[in-house]
Amino acid sequence: MPIQYYIGLAATLFCIGITGVLIRRNAIIIFMCIELMLNAVNLLLVAFSKMHYATAFIRNANTTAGSDAQLFVFFIMVVAAAEVSVGLAIIVMMYRNTHSVDVNYLNRLKN
Amino acid sequence: MNLIYLVPLFPLLGFLINGLFRKSLSKSLIGIIGSGAILASFIVSIILFNDVRTNGSMIVSYFNLLDIEAFKIPFAFQIDQLSVIFLLIITGIGFLIHVYSTAYMNDETNEHFGRYFSYLNLFVFSMLLLVMGANYVIMFIGWEGVGLCSYLLIGFWFKNNTYNYAAKKAFVMNRIGDLGFLLAVFWILAKLGTVNYGEVFASTVKFSASDITGITLLLFVGACGKSAQIPLYTWLPDAMAGPTPVSALIHAATMVTAGIYMIARSNVLYTMAPFTQTVVAIIGLATALFAATIALKQNDIKKVLAYSTVSQLGYMFLGLGAGAYTGAVFHVMTHAFFKALLFLGAGSVIHAMHHEQDIRNMGGLKKHLPITHISFLLACLAISGVPPFSGFFSKDEILAAAYLKNPIFYYLGAIGALMTAFYMFRLYALTFLGKFRGTEEQHHHLHESPSAMTIPLIVLAILSVVGGFIGIPEIFAPDAHMLEKFLHPIFAQSDSIKELHHLDRSTEWMMMGGVSVLIIVVIIIAWRKYSRTEQFVASHGIARTLENKWYVDELYDNVIVRPVTGLGSVLKNVVEKAGIDGAVNGVGRFVHYSSRQLRLLQSGQVGNYILFMVLSIVVLFLVFWNQPQIAHFLEKIF
Amino acid sequence: MSITVVLFWFLTALALLSAIMVLLSKNPVHSVLWLIVVFFAISGHYILLNAQFLAIVNLIVYAGAIMVLFLFVIMLMNLNAETEPQKNTWLKLAGAISGGSLLLILVSVIRSATDMTGRTAQVGEGNIGLISNLGKALFSEYVVPFEISSVLFLSAMVGAVVIGKKD
Repeated sequence: MPIQYYIGLAATLFCIGITGVLIRRNAIIIFMCIELMLNAVNLLLVAFSKMHYATAFIRNANTTAGSDAQLFVFFIMVVAAAEVSVGLAIIVMMYRNTHSVDVNYLNRLKN
Repeated sequence: MNLIYLVPLFPLLGFLINGLFRKSLSKSLIGIIGSGAILASFIVSIILFNDVRTNGSMIVSYFNLLDIEAFKIPFAFQIDQLSVIFLLIITGIGFLIHVYSTAYMNDETNEHFGRYFSYLNLFVFSMLLLVMGANYVIMFIGWEGVGLCSYLLIGFWFKNNTYNYAAKKAFVMNRIGDLGFLLAVFWILAKLGTVNYGEVFASTVKFSASDITGITLLLFVGACGKSAQIPLYTWLPDAMAGPTPVSALIHAATMVTAGIYMIARSNVLYTMAPFTQTVVAIIGLATALFAATIALKQNDIKKVLAYSTVSQLGYMFLGLGAGAYTGAVFHVMTHAFFKALLFLGAGSVIHAMHHEQDIRNMGGLKKHLPITHISFLLACLAISGVPPFSGFFSKDEILAAAYLKNPIFYYLGAIGALMTAFYMFRLYALTFLGKFRGTEEQHHHLHESPSAMTIPLIVLAILSVVGGFIGIPEIFAPDAHMLEKFLHPIFAQSDSIKELHHLDRSTEWMMMGGVSVLIIVVIIIAWRKYSRTEQFVASHGIARTLENKWYVDELYDNVIVRPVTGLGSVLKNVVEKAGIDGAVNGVGRFVHYSSRQLRLLQSGQVGNYILFMVLSIVVLFLVFWNQPQIAHFLEKIF
Repeated sequence: MSITVVLFWFLTALALLSAIMVLLSKNPVHSVLWLIVVFFAISGHYILLNAQFLAIVNLIVYAGAIMVLFLFVIMLMNLNAETEPQKNTWLKLAGAISGGSLLLILVSVIRSATDMTGRTAQVGEGNIGLISNLGKALFSEYVVPFEISSVLFLSAMVGAVVIGKKD
């Protein structure tokens, strides 16, 4: 498949994620949108990895080009899992204090 | 001669020692150092005088004040016939006045006594620089120095605010003149690239007629300030706030004659500028008459003498304007003798009367102050121009030159001379004749001054009497005008430019005789009128105007000072407060206001921050993506 | 049209639609479910690209573990469409517009990027994404980051416990 299709798909998913962050007030939904953006990037990385592999394969059949990108995706998932565990803990904590998941209550930065 | 540098060095040393150690030295030591420095200078001056008489003038250059490529201003002294005469006047009379001051200022505390003598020595030092300098820049340094000392000494009793105002007035008025002088020096420098007298006078051909007129007029502005001519004369009467010996030294004998010295020094330029000469003569004559009329009705002993000084300086300028440079210098000299004497005499009277200066409260001092009285009388005779006292010869020479320039100048000058005789004898009669009009206590304390004060009086009285004999005119004895012969090298260049006229012998006899007789008549009238005065009635009409000095101070106040202060307050209140402050505060207020508005963007809502972040990313993408187009677009705009 | 192309377009449409539904659902639980659909679609893409390891990890970690965590939290808080906080319309519009313009810009940048034209991603073949290849790289070159990531998990776990425990 042309790489531009993948880039377009990833960009669109990413922008949907951003729009979600912008238009929702529920902290959990915002968090989910961030996951969506991460996945868009992951998809793009895998697509690029396959693109590079295809180019390198013509010259060398035993190449491992592109495996780096896929490992990056793996590490991104690792980090995302860690992030989610901490992030959800924070949201639970916030809900315990304000009895809401509305991010508009989190305006302490103002002062 | 290597002695030249010693002349200003002694007063400088005296200034430093007295100034630095004024708290630790005793009064007698301060007096000895102060007077001794001037005496040493005087002795060196006499040696120099003899040297000049035999060997002619000399220029000694020490180092370069300014050394830029082809443009050099050396620190050099020029000792010639003109400067050596001034040296003798300055150091000689300066010494007498220093001696006088040791007694006069004895009431001051040690510290102020030392301060007084250090200022006085500094003044003499500056005056010597002014006179000895071999170029206009050194003259200007001295010129500023004497102005500073004048300021310091007028305001010597700085606890009295009126005196401080007088000092400020003198300083500011002098500054106006100094500006003219400075511009003239720049003008000369721009045209010739040198300010050395010798080179300037040797290359006058390089000047155009307008250059010469401009330079001489500007120099004359400087002279007007320093020598108290119309319109810058009002500081001199106010300068009487200073101690009386200061008035004698600075405001009668030396500093105020700096203007005459400068013009006599630049005589070549003035002779080449007939227009300026006429201006100088008219201003001088106007000042002479104007000040004389004011002096007629003044009641403060020092004010009378001050206006008399202004008037006599006017005569000197009349002489300069008429081309009688010798006559002007001659009058400087004789005037230095008798006016110093008059001031010192007045100081003696004031000392005896315990700082009473109003002549309406004096009278009958003849018995109590015999030496002062005699010397004062001689000085009055000298200044009035009674033959054969010194003033007669010098004034006669000036008036004769004025007659040659324009007979009207002569008649007006003669009227001024009559007024001089009248006000001087009014002063004399009110002070020394008649009955004592002061308080009983003052009468009780009347005493003759100590010898430190009377000896200078006696010396000056002798000089006032015989001083004129160095300039006996042709008609009495041929070739008897020693001063003219002595000064001839200085004025030779001018003499070669202008055509020489000579008065008829008969005309000269008639003029001299007529004026002398009239003066004597006026003296007798004044003597008789004022020696009997007991009561003083408030004056009115013209006399009142004269008593108020023609309201010139008020006029200046209204025409110059008030508009300037008005402009100042307008600038302060409107331009400064509304304009500049408004702009500055406006910037502050704008920043404050806009930051308050911008602060609202910081809502603390994370969503808003992200929104802005996204928008910024969009903009960044736009910018970088379209960079060539944007660069092209910007090129078009700018 | 080959089966890969059909699958590609189907998965793309599924991913985009589900992603939009994540935003539009009023009920957070529905959002989570739609997000799981998105992840499944992305995993499908990974399989198309022959990145089998990532496809399965994505399913297990994201769709399995993480989204279950989300569901747990939402249910724990008893969130539903009624309690959902709503932004005002203008802010929603502004957010949608800025997101849309970012997409527009990105798309135009991608279209104008010359070094991406004519390049293709290998679909359905190539063994780079197989677990044996990745495992070799992971335990040789990337062994240190791999170990560090385990430390990261440990610290995340400790952090979650510390934050979540009642003070």
